[in-house]
Amino acid sequence: MSIEVRDLTKRYGEQLALNKISFQISKGAIVGFLGPNGAGKSTTMKILTGFIPQTAGVAKVAGFDTVEAPIEVKRRVGYLPESNPLYKDMYVKEYLHYVATIFQLPNPIAKVNEMIAMTGLAKEQDKKIHQLSKGYKQRVGIAQAIIHNPEVLILDEPTSGLDPNQLDEIRKLILKIGKEKTVLLSTHIMQEVEAMCDRVIIINKGGIVADNLTSNMRKMGIKEAIVVVEFSNKINLDELKKISNVQRIEQGNTNDYKLFLKDSNLDIRHEIFQMAVSHGWSILAMQMEERDLEGVFKELTNK
Amino acid sequence: MKAIFFREINSFFSSMIGFLAMGFFITITGLMLWFFPEYDILSYGYSTLESFFILAPILFLFIIPAITMRLFSEEKQMGTLEWLLTKPFSDSDILLGKYFASLFIVIVSLLPTLIYYFSIYQLGYPKGNIDNGGVIGSYFGLILLASTFCAIGLFCSSITSNQIVAFILAAVFSALFFWGFEMVSKFSSLEGSFDYFLKNLGISYHYDSISRGVLDTRDLIYFVSLTLFFLYLTHFQLEKRKV
Repeated sequence: MSIEVRDLTKRYGEQLALNKISFQISKGAIVGFLGPNGAGKSTTMKILTGFIPQTAGVAKVAGFDTVEAPIEVKRRVGYLPESNPLYKDMYVKEYLHYVATIFQLPNPIAKVNEMIAMTGLAKEQDKKIHQLSKGYKQRVGIAQAIIHNPEVLILDEPTSGLDPNQLDEIRKLILKIGKEKTVLLSTHIMQEVEAMCDRVIIINKGGIVADNLTSNMRKMGIKEAIVVVEFSNKINLDELKKISNVQRIEQGNTNDYKLFLKDSNLDIRHEIFQMAVSHGWSILAMQMEERDLEGVFKELTNK
Repeated sequence: MKAIFFREINSFFSSMIGFLAMGFFITITGLMLWFFPEYDILSYGYSTLESFFILAPILFLFIIPAITMRLFSEEKQMGTLEWLLTKPFSDSDILLGKYFASLFIVIVSLLPTLIYYFSIYQLGYPKGNIDNGGVIGSYFGLILLASTFCAIGLFCSSITSNQIVAFILAAVFSALFFWGFEMVSKFSSLEGSFDYFLKNLGISYHYDSISRGVLDTRDLIYFVSLTLFFLYLTHFQLEKRKV
């Protein structure tokens, strides 16, 4: 296990920031850590990187306990904190070289050049950090996090505030790095998790509300399935109601209908087609309505 | 610790603060000791560096806070302190790296003043007529004083993310420790054994004692413990996040 968290609790004075959360992340996985602001994402990450200790529970990274062996943990973790703090008055190269000396890497100059090539900073390497655009600053932030070849990479909102092009580039970079490392990244954008992660852990008010494979994400929290069908003419609504498992039907503006089913695992498209054929209705369009990800997110975190 | 030390030294000289502090120190002492009439050594007529060792602590009150103000405040303000604390150091590595870097800058800015010593050595009649013991003791005293002021400055920088606030706090605290106790001890109502005790708490009493060229262990212990006290407070300040 690259990351192991058991009954992790963190209290800031009276406020309970994390309430007995547990999860495990195996080596090589990219996991999305999702939740609204103030849910406890950053707190969990700060504990995993050894910045602050937990109030109770156990956190292990790369096999080392974050409280008992913080130095060992810190050697094996690459961390990009929220809002990507960098020394703005340093040159890109100078900064990365400083990070390399912090980790006491042999041959730091070669390592810095390798990172610059890997993160696509070649053109910007002789600039001061404050001169860079936000996208390039983010690349510097990622470069400093992976320079010591850590086993685990913890990225706190790595894509917040980027424009769509930068977003795409940073996501590609994270995916490239993620092939060899365990990555835990936090975000509050569902699409991002879908684009990058194998697994998603959704956290709300200090507790885990969902932990599932990304492919199952759209089904999470869904209680009913919806089929939308559009006909060329007006049809007899009562006939449609005869199909089994249909709970209710909503009629749209034109000849389109929404059929609500009891169970999210049901599919009645075949039955609808058969009925249309037998009544001579022509179907213009028909689809199972996919729940939008924002809806899932809202449902899970609005309790 | 080494990585932090060298990064801070680099940063002092790339942000001009290092050069400014050294330049300021040399310019002011040079002007006061050799140029302006009435104060200068030449018109005073004695081959002594005493006026330099009276002036230097006053300049230290401004220069050292200017050197130390950014050490933690800037990191706090940029958010890099959190990043730094997730790197494989202990908190004391960070603290001492920064502390020794600031002390190093002050000591380096003292080096050019050795010219003053050689000038007076040459100008004395007969040549070399200068109180060597006093000069060595005084330089030693200045370094002890700088180490204490650096610790005070570092602490003040660790309690705020505003560099200006850190500067003012450091200057005020340093001045209080330097003169404050002695000033208070002069109230006539405190006369008796208490005024001696108060005077002993202040830096100037011990600094003057070392400047006379007499190295008393009590003075040494005083400076070392005051320095350690402020370094400990800074460490406490860093560890506070863990509560």
